Amino acid sequence: MSAPLDGVARLGARTLRFVEETGEMARFAVQVGAALLRRPVRLRRCLDELYDVGVLSLAIIGVSGLAVGMVLGLQGYNTLVRFGAEESLGTVVGLSLIRELGPVLSALLVTGRAASAAAAEIASMVVTEQLDGLRMMSVDPVHYVVAPKVVAFVVSMPLLSALFSVLGLLGGYLVGVMFLGVDGGGYVSSLEGSIDVFEDVVPSLVKSLVFGVLVALIATFRGFHAAPHSAGVAAATTSTVVVASVTTLIVDYFLTALMGV
Amino acid sequence: MDRPLGEGGADVAVEALRFRRGARRIFDGLSCRFPAGRISVVLGGSGSGKSTLLRLIASLERPESGAIRVDGELDLARATADTLRDYRRSVGMMFQGGALLNSSTVFENVALPLREHTGQTEPEIRETVHRIFEAVDLEDVDDLLPGQLSGGMTKRAALARALVRRPRLLLCDEPFSGLDPATVRRVEELLRAVNRRFAVTMILTSHHVESTLRLADHVVVLVDGRAIEGASEEIRACAEPQVREFFADVAEASP
Repeated sequence: MSAPLDGVARLGARTLRFVEETGEMARFAVQVGAALLRRPVRLRRCLDELYDVGVLSLAIIGVSGLAVGMVLGLQGYNTLVRFGAEESLGTVVGLSLIRELGPVLSALLVTGRAASAAAAEIASMVVTEQLDGLRMMSVDPVHYVVAPKVVAFVVSMPLLSALFSVLGLLGGYLVGVMFLGVDGGGYVSSLEGSIDVFEDVVPSLVKSLVFGVLVALIATFRGFHAAPHSAGVAAATTSTVVVASVTTLIVDYFLTALMGV
Repeated sequence: MDRPLGEGGADVAVEALRFRRGARRIFDGLSCRFPAGRISVVLGGSGSGKSTLLRLIASLERPESGAIRVDGELDLARATADTLRDYRRSVGMMFQGGALLNSSTVFENVALPLREHTGQTEPEIRETVHRIFEAVDLEDVDDLLPGQLSGGMTKRAALARALVRRPRLLLCDEPFSGLDPATVRRVEELLRAVNRRFAVTMILTSHHVESTLRLADHVVVLVDGRAIEGASEEIRACAEPQVREFFADVAEASP
C-alpha cells in the first residue's frame, strides 16, 4: 500500500478503535448504573473509598487551592492596579475560581492523585485474578469494586472543588489584603456583589459533579479492562490520567457554553 | 455450610472443545472426563492450556464450540449468565496466586462468600470460618492481610475460601507452584484430606509430576491440544512418546 493510503488506513483503524472503545465504555457505564441501584448497598466499602478519594485528597486540594488563589491575587492586583481598580480584586479572584479554576483544577488534581490510583488498583486486581476470584464467589466485581469507587468520586468531587475555591479565595485575600494593601472590606464586598449562588456557585458544583462522574468512569473502565500483565497496569494508569484530563478540559468548554458560566 | 446444587462431587465431561485466544488456537476438539468425587490432575507443559481448561470449567471463559457438561446435564458452553452464576456457587476455585482481596483481612476474605450468599449471623460466620481454618491447618491469621502471609499460608487461605461453602467441584490452579518440597508435601496431604472429608471432585493443574503421581486418581495429559487420560499407573505406562518424556525424570529417579 502506498504511504498516503497507509496513513488513511491507520487513521481509519484508530477511528474504529475509538468508536468501539466509546461503545464499550457506554455499556460499562450502564453496568455501573445498574449496579448502583442493586442491593446490597455496600456502605462500608463506599465509606472506605470516600476516605481514599476524598479525605486523602484534602491536603493536595487545600495547598493547591491556596497557591492558585495567591497567584490570582498577585496577577489580578498587578493588572487591576494599572486601571486603579484594585478594589475589584475580590471579583476577579472569585469569578475565576468559582466559575472555572475550582472545578477544573480540582478535577485534574483528583485525576492525578486518586483516579490514577483507582485505575492501578483495579488493573492490579485483574493481573492477580482478584476480580476472577470475586466472579467465582458469584460476587459481581462491578457491584463490589467499581460502584463504591464511582460513588466516592461523585460525592467527593464537588466537595473538593468547593474547598479548592474557598481556600483560593483565602489565598487571594492573603496576598491582596495582607501583603499588597488592598482594602479588606473592598475585597469581600466586591466578592459578595459579583458572585451569585444560582448563576455561579450551583453551575460550578454541577460542573464538578459531571467531572466526578467522567473521571470515575474513565478510571474504573481503564482499570477493569487492563491487559492482565504488569505493563497493562502501567498502561491503564497512564491512559486514565491522559484521557480523564483531556476529557475534563473538553467537557468543560461545552458545559461553560451550555450553562453560560 | 451449604451445597447449592445437590449432594456429592460433580462429574465433569469436556466434549470436542474448541477455544482460541487471539490468533492462537489452544484447543481444537479437546475431549476428556473428570470423574465425580476423585482427584484429577491436568498435566502439561507451559502454554499447553492447563489453566485455560480450568478457566473454561470454571465458566470464566466461553469456548467457541463443544460442550462442558456437569453431571451430564448442565452444558456450561450454552448456559445463561444466571445459570452460570448459580453454577459458580457450587464451585470453589483456588487460583495460582491465591487471588485473595489484598485490602481485606484473611478472615474477611474467607467470610465474604458467606456474607454474600447465606443468611448466617455474625457468630455463625465466625464459627464456620474458624472451622474451615482448622480444616486447612491455619491459625491466628484472622487479622492478617494477604500480603503478610507466606506462600504456603496463602495457598491454604485460598483453599479455605474456595471450600467455605462446601463446593461440589474444587478447581486448583497450580497449587504446588512456588512452594518448597516440604510445603508441597503438606499441601498434597491437605488436598487429599479435603477430598476425603468433603467428598468433592477436585481438578488440579500442575507440572509437578511427582506430586501428581502421589495424589491423582485420574490424570489428564495435554499434548498438542488433545488429552491423553487414564488412572495414574495407566498414564505412567503410556507408550506415547510425549507422555513418556514427561515422566522420564521420575522414572529415572525411581529405584
